[in-house]
Amino acid sequence: MDAVLRDRRAVVAFVAPALLVYTLVLLAPILWSLVYTFYSGNVITGFQYVGLDNFERLIHDDAFWTAFTFTLKYGVLVTVFQVGLGLLLSLMYVFYLRRGSALVRTLVFFPVVLPTVAIAQMFAKIFAIAPQYGLVNAALDAVGLDGSIQDWLGRGNTALLVLVLMDVWRSMGFYAVLLYAGLVDVPEEILESARLDGASGVRLVRRIVLPLLGPVLFASLIFSINGTLKVFDTVVALTNGGPGQATTPLTLYMFNNAFAFGEYGYASAIATALSMLCLMVTLALFGFARRDVTA
Amino acid sequence: MTEAGGATVATRLPRMSRARRSRPPAQRVGRALMGVALALLLVIEVVPIVWLLLQSLKAPDEFSANPVWALPEGLYWDNWREAWTTGNIQTYFKNSVIATFPSLFLMIALGLAAAFGLEVMKWRGRNALLLVFLAGILIPLQMVLLPLFTVYFHLHLINSLWSLIITYTAFGLPLTIFLMVGYLRAVPREILEAATLDGASLYRTFVRIVVPMVSNAILTVALVQFFFIWNDLLLSLTFISDDGKRTIQTGLLNFTGQYGQVEWGPTFAAVSMTVLPTLLLYLVLNQRVMKGLTSGSLKG
Repeated sequence: MDAVLRDRRAVVAFVAPALLVYTLVLLAPILWSLVYTFYSGNVITGFQYVGLDNFERLIHDDAFWTAFTFTLKYGVLVTVFQVGLGLLLSLMYVFYLRRGSALVRTLVFFPVVLPTVAIAQMFAKIFAIAPQYGLVNAALDAVGLDGSIQDWLGRGNTALLVLVLMDVWRSMGFYAVLLYAGLVDVPEEILESARLDGASGVRLVRRIVLPLLGPVLFASLIFSINGTLKVFDTVVALTNGGPGQATTPLTLYMFNNAFAFGEYGYASAIATALSMLCLMVTLALFGFARRDVTA
Repeated sequence: MTEAGGATVATRLPRMSRARRSRPPAQRVGRALMGVALALLLVIEVVPIVWLLLQSLKAPDEFSANPVWALPEGLYWDNWREAWTTGNIQTYFKNSVIATFPSLFLMIALGLAAAFGLEVMKWRGRNALLLVFLAGILIPLQMVLLPLFTVYFHLHLINSLWSLIITYTAFGLPLTIFLMVGYLRAVPREILEAATLDGASLYRTFVRIVVPMVSNAILTVALVQFFFIWNDLLLSLTFISDDGKRTIQTGLLNFTGQYGQVEWGPTFAAVSMTVLPTLLLYLVLNQRVMKGLTSGSLKG
């Protein structure tokens, strides 16, 4: 048997096809993309070597920094709310609904599987002002808050609000299930002895449950921030970066530079900056977590 | 995991319900507030979808004559007909199906074989190679978009669904391999040994024994990947610009750009159509979906 499993030719036969596709479509293009950052031009006009010009331009580009700030703001806001609300939901599942939580878990989870474009269209209509009021403006109208009726997607601040709301709406159930799985792994004896020691309610959660949930919570944060810093679908489908540049994240700014302005090199530089941002935030979180454990 | 979780929670139950009878008023208020929060939560999660489906059945003049939360007066299926034919949703739908299923098949065939080679076969360097594959989970699509566009452009694959199939397959591999390695770890090695002793070749053992044994896992992985591919926007937006080749997400984006501002009825119908397949899949297989999606994200 052992000899069969050490058969070199069989190993190649099993692994090589996947490795080939993976290398050609993923690994090689990454390196290629890094090479692009030293060039200007695009696939139609041809490429020209420009050295570090793209990175120098990046540093002085106000639009880049606006997109950078928006990306960070969006990532932090959505992460805090989707993991935070997910945590509250998971606590509710375990300590309040208990055995009856399966149905609620299933219902709250489901928007995750729906297509972003469809959800965005739905939210656009919920917050619409023309040609007729959407749900929100109609509700404000009905309760007499006429002053609050507005073009929600027409201004930067409120557009950001709707974007965050939509992403949180759609993914808090996902994080709730993730954290729920971590919560039911907390040994019952620990909870029981903490209760005997007089811990209950908020104290029980803060002192006992949260520390035990630490690793799962941490993984959720990493997963969430890495997803939200790369936000693309949500923005493209709901606001397309507008009004003006108010809701343009780095991904969309990169996309526009590449396909609207034909600047592959500069777009690659933006993509590289985005990858670095994700990496730094992740590393910072890891560093933070380690310090927290030793302290 | 969820099943085991249910059991733990159940054993916790009796003790708590005994304590409930002697609750002080403050706790009773707390429980009432929880009930309100729960009701609110369900309204927030479920009402928009129901509203969406109902809107798709409203006649054009209902949108201006009645408030936006009013129920439709009749079942105005013309919206659906218009979206499906005039709005081209049928074409987008067909393209999405053509792109999705070959990708799923290729991704699982290649991924399962590679996982077998990495987990069951014995050779030096297999752990390192597994890590190389898993690193792919972290790669932002943006980093590979432009080189891929260049290559596909030169190969004349832009505006061909093949560009999507190839890219989806490659991008699905890391997660597929990761999940399959986990499932293969649980396959008892004695069964493989028995098969080889009976004279079956390794390839035959793989196809006849291993694949059926992990068929359950294949379904889960296919389901998870289905949602990723079906809901993809970035790749199809990049590689496809010909309206006849658009997939459902880019098609819907285009559709709502054309009709969305003025014609609410067909727009809601189009949105409902793209939502329905995923919604139905979820209604039937929700436990599996929840398990698959969360396990794919966390253990990385």
